[in-house]
Amino acid sequence: MNRNTMSYKVKQFIMFAGPATVLFCAVVIVPFVYGIYLTFTSWDGIAKTKPLVGLANYASAFSDGEYWRALGRTAIYSLFAVILINIVAFLLAYLVTSGVKGQNFFRAGFFIPNLIGGIVLGYVWKFVFNRAFVAVAGAFSKGTVPSPLSTPGGAMFCLILVAVWQYAGYMMLIYVAGFMSVSDALKEAAMIDGCTPAQAMWNVTIPLMRASFVQCIFLSITRCFVVYDVNLSLTNGEPYGSSVMAAMHVYKQAFTYKNYGLGQAEALILFVICAVVGITQVYIGKKGEVAA
Amino acid sequence: MTENERAARKKKIMHAVMWVVLLLLFICFVSPFILVVINVFKTKADITTNPLAIVGKHGFTMKNFPEAMKKMNFWRVFANSAIITISATLLTIVVSSMASFVIVRNQKWKACALLFSAMVASMVIPFQVLMVPLVSVYGGTLGVLNHRLTLILMHVGFSVSMATFMFHGAIHTNIPLELEEAALIDGCTRWQTYWQIVFPLLTPTIATVAIIDAMAFWNDYLLPSLVLTKKELYTIPIATQAFYGTYSTDIGLVMAALLLAMLPILILYVFLQRFIVEGVTSGAVKG
Repeated sequence: MNRNTMSYKVKQFIMFAGPATVLFCAVVIVPFVYGIYLTFTSWDGIAKTKPLVGLANYASAFSDGEYWRALGRTAIYSLFAVILINIVAFLLAYLVTSGVKGQNFFRAGFFIPNLIGGIVLGYVWKFVFNRAFVAVAGAFSKGTVPSPLSTPGGAMFCLILVAVWQYAGYMMLIYVAGFMSVSDALKEAAMIDGCTPAQAMWNVTIPLMRASFVQCIFLSITRCFVVYDVNLSLTNGEPYGSSVMAAMHVYKQAFTYKNYGLGQAEALILFVICAVVGITQVYIGKKGEVAA
Repeated sequence: MTENERAARKKKIMHAVMWVVLLLLFICFVSPFILVVINVFKTKADITTNPLAIVGKHGFTMKNFPEAMKKMNFWRVFANSAIITISATLLTIVVSSMASFVIVRNQKWKACALLFSAMVASMVIPFQVLMVPLVSVYGGTLGVLNHRLTLILMHVGFSVSMATFMFHGAIHTNIPLELEEAALIDGCTRWQTYWQIVFPLLTPTIATVAIIDAMAFWNDYLLPSLVLTKKELYTIPIATQAFYGTYSTDIGLVMAALLLAMLPILILYVFLQRFIVEGVTSGAVKG
């Protein structure tokens, strides 16, 4: 059997990678390329013809005030959520690696929100905000307190809170792995040299965990930017459309208002912004990486 | 008291404080779930008057469960979710581990290099960019929506790049080439070598991929909601959303439906907790 002929290579490739290639192309490559084509048409989702309109969709996307407001909102939401997720996750990771009793139990417990889908989580929290919070706050103030979900600022706050609660446990696991990768010998050496525990943490452990920070921030940015499930079930864009995030706007533009071309153009812009932010962050983060 | 004793005591106090902080945080983390569990056994009127009471005025009720189960068609949607999750997970493992085998062992082939770099690059594309063309191709042109098989294959297609990437790393670092050479000398074909030598050695990575993908498929909402619009094909997340839309005022039923939606995975977590936490960690750190 000659292993250098073209037909052998083709056979091997098709035998092993054939199914993966076909499925991957069918649901990722083809839609991606076809999606770019769709942005140049004014298709309504039903008509047989897809009239070409050139760059008109991009022009409309850039002048679509609703879209930019949704993007701005998503940016604010992501900024707060990413910072808080990472602070909480880092603290949790610190606490569950400090050697206290039952740390595996706590680790498993903080991870629970990640087991459950965003739709269900959103409804659970909707109950917490609309009923439990209202009952507690009402009892304290001796009057009726409106649900935090009924004001624009409150809805945004709730979305951020749920995001922190949802992702902190997941990011905690990555930080835990980071803590474990820093050898105790280095910390001990720093302490012998006269560092306080806080100084050892700040000057030795944290710089060595830089890769974990880069990864967690990247993951939380890319997840927050395209938030949809929790947005749908917790606020559904209410009140008065003040909590519609970019992904929900794209969905509505395409499937509710039947502007498939425009919706797709807006989705592409969202993707480019998300990719640029994510990659810049990784680039800056990696530049200063140190090794022990 | 010597210096050492004082340090040991200080450490002990520190640990006690940290333990209390952890416990408080833990209670905060699980309190939404506890609230659901408390209220599932109360009547609608009792939930409205005081959602925090452990037992309502009308006492303990088990009525919410059977009614929510019937209205949600629970066993049906549970079976749908299970069939879709299990078959998509198995397919993803088989398809992507095979692909990564040929990619790792033949890095000079142009097709392998191209496929692998396309897969790695595609991991940054969010689903929102693909959903409109996906619906228009498979819904409009081909008309294959509303089949479980379509959703299963789509799940596999979306997760294959990440899974291939993980198997790629595992084969590259953990499977010595000498093993395959020995198999070749013993007369194995590449196909036999793969299934009898390589695949069994990939077990840890298979477990990681299975856990990550099964959780993602089980909880996914957006893709299934676009593919499956017929009621009898609903998965748990879609059924929960539809249920909430119809019965949102009947809060007792909603509580039961939410608990039902969460229970299967929570029960699984009780038994497989260690594997799930380890799997997710190794997946996240490598991925």
